[in-house]
Amino acid sequence: MLRYLELDGTLNQEIKPSLDDAFIVHCYKVMCITRLVDEQMITLQRQGEISFALASLGEEAAAVGSAGALELGDWIYPQYRELGVLFYRGFSIKDYIHHMFGDAKDLIQGRQMPNHFGSKQLNVVTVSSPIGTQIPHAAGCAYAMKLQKEHNVVICYFGEGATSEGDFHAGLNFAAVKKTPAIFFCRNNGYAISTPVREQFASDGVAPKGVGYGMETIRIDGNDFFAVYTTTKKAREHCLAGKGPFLVEAMTYRMGAHSTSDDPTRYRKEEEVAQAKETCPLKRLKLFLKKKGVWSDEKELEFYAEVKKEIREAIEEAKKTPRPPLSSLFEDVYFRMPRHLKEQLNECAKMFGDPPHA
Amino acid sequence: MPEMNIIQALNHTLKEELKRDKNLVIFGEDAGSFGGVFRVTLGLQEEFGEERVFNTPLSEQGIVGFAIGMAQKGMKPIAEIQFADYIFPAYDQIVNEMAKMRYRTGNQYSSPVLIRTPYGGGIHGGHYHSQSPEAQFLHTPGLIVVVVSSPFDAKGLLIAAIDAQDPVIFFEPKRIYRALKGEVPEERYSIPLGKGDLARIGKDLTLVGWGAQHHQNMAAAEDLFKKENIDIEVINLRTLNPCDEDLVLLSLQKTGRLVIAHEAPLTGGFGAELAAISQEKGFLYLKAPVRRCCGWDTPFPHTLEHAYLPDKDRVKKTVLETINY
Repeated sequence: MLRYLELDGTLNQEIKPSLDDAFIVHCYKVMCITRLVDEQMITLQRQGEISFALASLGEEAAAVGSAGALELGDWIYPQYRELGVLFYRGFSIKDYIHHMFGDAKDLIQGRQMPNHFGSKQLNVVTVSSPIGTQIPHAAGCAYAMKLQKEHNVVICYFGEGATSEGDFHAGLNFAAVKKTPAIFFCRNNGYAISTPVREQFASDGVAPKGVGYGMETIRIDGNDFFAVYTTTKKAREHCLAGKGPFLVEAMTYRMGAHSTSDDPTRYRKEEEVAQAKETCPLKRLKLFLKKKGVWSDEKELEFYAEVKKEIREAIEEAKKTPRPPLSSLFEDVYFRMPRHLKEQLNECAKMFGDPPHA
Repeated sequence: MPEMNIIQALNHTLKEELKRDKNLVIFGEDAGSFGGVFRVTLGLQEEFGEERVFNTPLSEQGIVGFAIGMAQKGMKPIAEIQFADYIFPAYDQIVNEMAKMRYRTGNQYSSPVLIRTPYGGGIHGGHYHSQSPEAQFLHTPGLIVVVVSSPFDAKGLLIAAIDAQDPVIFFEPKRIYRALKGEVPEERYSIPLGKGDLARIGKDLTLVGWGAQHHQNMAAAEDLFKKENIDIEVINLRTLNPCDEDLVLLSLQKTGRLVIAHEAPLTGGFGAELAAISQEKGFLYLKAPVRRCCGWDTPFPHTLEHAYLPDKDRVKKTVLETINY
């Protein structure tokens, strides 16, 4: 397992090529934003303000480290625990919170549950709930890039549970056979809701499956920002060189519940979680940055206060934002609204006292 | 105007469209140099190269999922599912991803994939090479469902499906792939999706069908006219979603009687939907109950398929019962 950054924040080997301090600090900040937003969303759900929340606590380095190694023209197929990727690409906290409320300013008009983010502008393909379905999409998208002769790659994220789905096998196989520029990034976080890896597969993790499909594969410490960053960079170059897809198995740990509908105390011990928290990616990177003298507790307090203020303001705004209009229930089913949907929209509008639609 | 069978019409159209649109890519199991098990894609790889026309691994969910990703990136994939009976491994990709892409992404992404697949019985294929699963896709908002019944329609509907901005499931009647010949214009034309064909004008009863069944319906109508002097109006729906409701209702207004015939099993078939529409919107036109003449509610048989399929004799019987109600 590839690791650069030890738990005490020291490097066990030199990172080549070296990284700019400002870049590392920026990535650390995005990881912090992700953590703070996630925590606040869980609270909001508990308060009954939003219907659902799902966090990436403990997996921020996997998301942000990989996003940092990509270019904006690269396409991203997230699962749902990659909020850090979205923030790294520049999605605002405000827009994200509108999405979490499913209000009129939500890019997807409240049509899916919270945490089903995406942004065409940022080349992040909107999340869907079924597990692993995005894997063959990523293969197809990467093949299209190849035909279009674009100098870009696709990255596709999923958890280790997704590797049991048929779509994982189909997607990796298609990607390898067609030699597509696709990076498959597996966050092996130990659990699929309550099911631990030992009940998920008998193989030695996910990595052998990549080898089985004939693609370059590596297992890394997914809580080590540097291992994630350098590996993704290498995978990207591999893809751009026309050598086919690349599988990364990033070992991490889901520090929180699967979602707000889950109770992990029923299936794992507090000691296990406490031990895993020692490997927290934020804690480790912070130690590194402090040792380098480019970050401090004071700076962090100040930064946290700023972010929390931004989150508070975004929540206040979302609370005041109306629901999406009734018409959005019927729009976008097809490119043009067919007659039967226009009839149904008008029937629905009548129920709610809305004026008829043309 | 050249005469072609359905296979030739499809092959000719795919070839012309590959020439016209660089974004068009064709793939499926054995769809490459072999030309597909029914030879619809014969010669296309040779002319357009392995990048644009190719074999895929044997995985329907992979084929459709791969196609979705290509479509999201702006290409026009035409994916072949070798037999409609084998579309089910791709069912999740079709109903949960392809059909909902535009909606669930807030119109940011779409997946206008075209899935071509041979369907239907009459070829001694047993239940895994004979089914008509169209109704399984009519219960999913976001899809367009087309069923071909002639060489002329094959070209016009295929072009409309290629031009569509929405995903299309394109059912091809393998039973009459080669059996039926007809004139096909060489120039590009499309048949609007959602427009049915009034194939025979009559006054006594409206008979609705699609695909290969349409020809059984026509044969029944001709027999009844010759032998019983009963004048049937025959409608070929061509597309089931969107459905040409107006054509059916206008005809019903004239005839007052409606029979729907399809190969798929009776229960939950599209005939049930048409029966519901006709009584909701045409109750006062009706002189007799709407009847359905369909496949039985059994798996598709092998040896006894002649007893399973609603052939012209069974259609005639249902029509006569409705006329004499």
